[in-house]
Amino acid sequence: MSPFAEYAISALLLFGGAFTLIGAIGLARLPDFYTRLHGPTKATTVGVGAIMLSSVIYFSAMGEDIGISEILITVFLLMTAPVSANMLAKAAMHIGVKTVEGTDGKPWEQ
Amino acid sequence: MFDRLSFPQPWLSLILFATWQILSDGVSGGSVVLGLILAWVIPQITHGFWPERPAFVKTWRMPVYILRVLKDIIVASFSVAWLILSPRTPRPAFISYPLTLDHPLAISILASTISLTPGTVSADVSDDNQTLLIHALDAGSDQEVIDAIYNSYEKPLMEMFK
Amino acid sequence: MITTALYLTIAMVTLAALLNVYRLIAGPDEPDRVLAIDTLYINAIALIILLGITLGTRMYLESALLIAVMGFVSTVAMAKYLKRGSVIE
Repeated sequence: MSPFAEYAISALLLFGGAFTLIGAIGLARLPDFYTRLHGPTKATTVGVGAIMLSSVIYFSAMGEDIGISEILITVFLLMTAPVSANMLAKAAMHIGVKTVEGTDGKPWEQ
Repeated sequence: MFDRLSFPQPWLSLILFATWQILSDGVSGGSVVLGLILAWVIPQITHGFWPERPAFVKTWRMPVYILRVLKDIIVASFSVAWLILSPRTPRPAFISYPLTLDHPLAISILASTISLTPGTVSADVSDDNQTLLIHALDAGSDQEVIDAIYNSYEKPLMEMFK
Repeated sequence: MITTALYLTIAMVTLAALLNVYRLIAGPDEPDRVLAIDTLYINAIALIILLGITLGTRMYLESALLIAVMGFVSTVAMAKYLKRGSVIE
């Protein structure tokens, strides 16, 4: 394997792991449900995407076919993350989950 | 009668067929036959869930839009990571965003884009499709957020769907 | 070098999964728990991919794809249940 591919794979792996961890820290640390929603939808999606990309590069550097299923999983996660976040936000507004103090504006009553 | 034999949504059928070829191990006779059957059956079954045909006018603008959104997703995750790790508590806000788009597909694309980009998650659409409720993790002022979304995402979408 | 990076990444993703489990147990509301499960399955996909790279095989990708599809459907079903009180009306 060429040294360039090794550097690229290692960097992408560490980047992905760090972002997955940051998303989870956000989920554990932020004060209310609506702010917690931000960590998983963005940081975790990007983190898993980077890990997938490193897997694609790794297996093509090993001389196998280009990994289409990895790309398919990444595209699927990118498409579904906003939908599930939206559904959960709607459910939370329906139940009336409390917002943290200092939040501007209010969720709707529908 | 011949209605039943047609493909009501050619693009959906094409995507289903291509996805099936990717999922099965390589293109073979069996996967082509099964892919054709799936591409025919699934649009027929889900026909009732599509209220109207998606009306793209300028499809060729889509790749540019997707590239821009991908770039913004990476920038967004850095800014969200910074907000999560910094010790100060962010200033969250609910913002009502006035929509100028009216096509349902365009609105859902805009809402998904908002959820994936800097510090905002779309929470709800009003029943009359006029306003979008957005939750921002760290908002400066409401107007700033609204202007940023309008200029970078809604304008290109409006050009695509007019 | 890849081996070191791989083990470090596995450690980080495992820690992330533990933090998700903390949120799953702590709650306090139902949407929080569903969100924790949602993040947990995405982390499981990441761990499966990392396992595949460690063992040098592509076989586990199929299961990652299945988890991605099933996880999304179950999150949507749970969110719908919380909102409407039933999944299919």
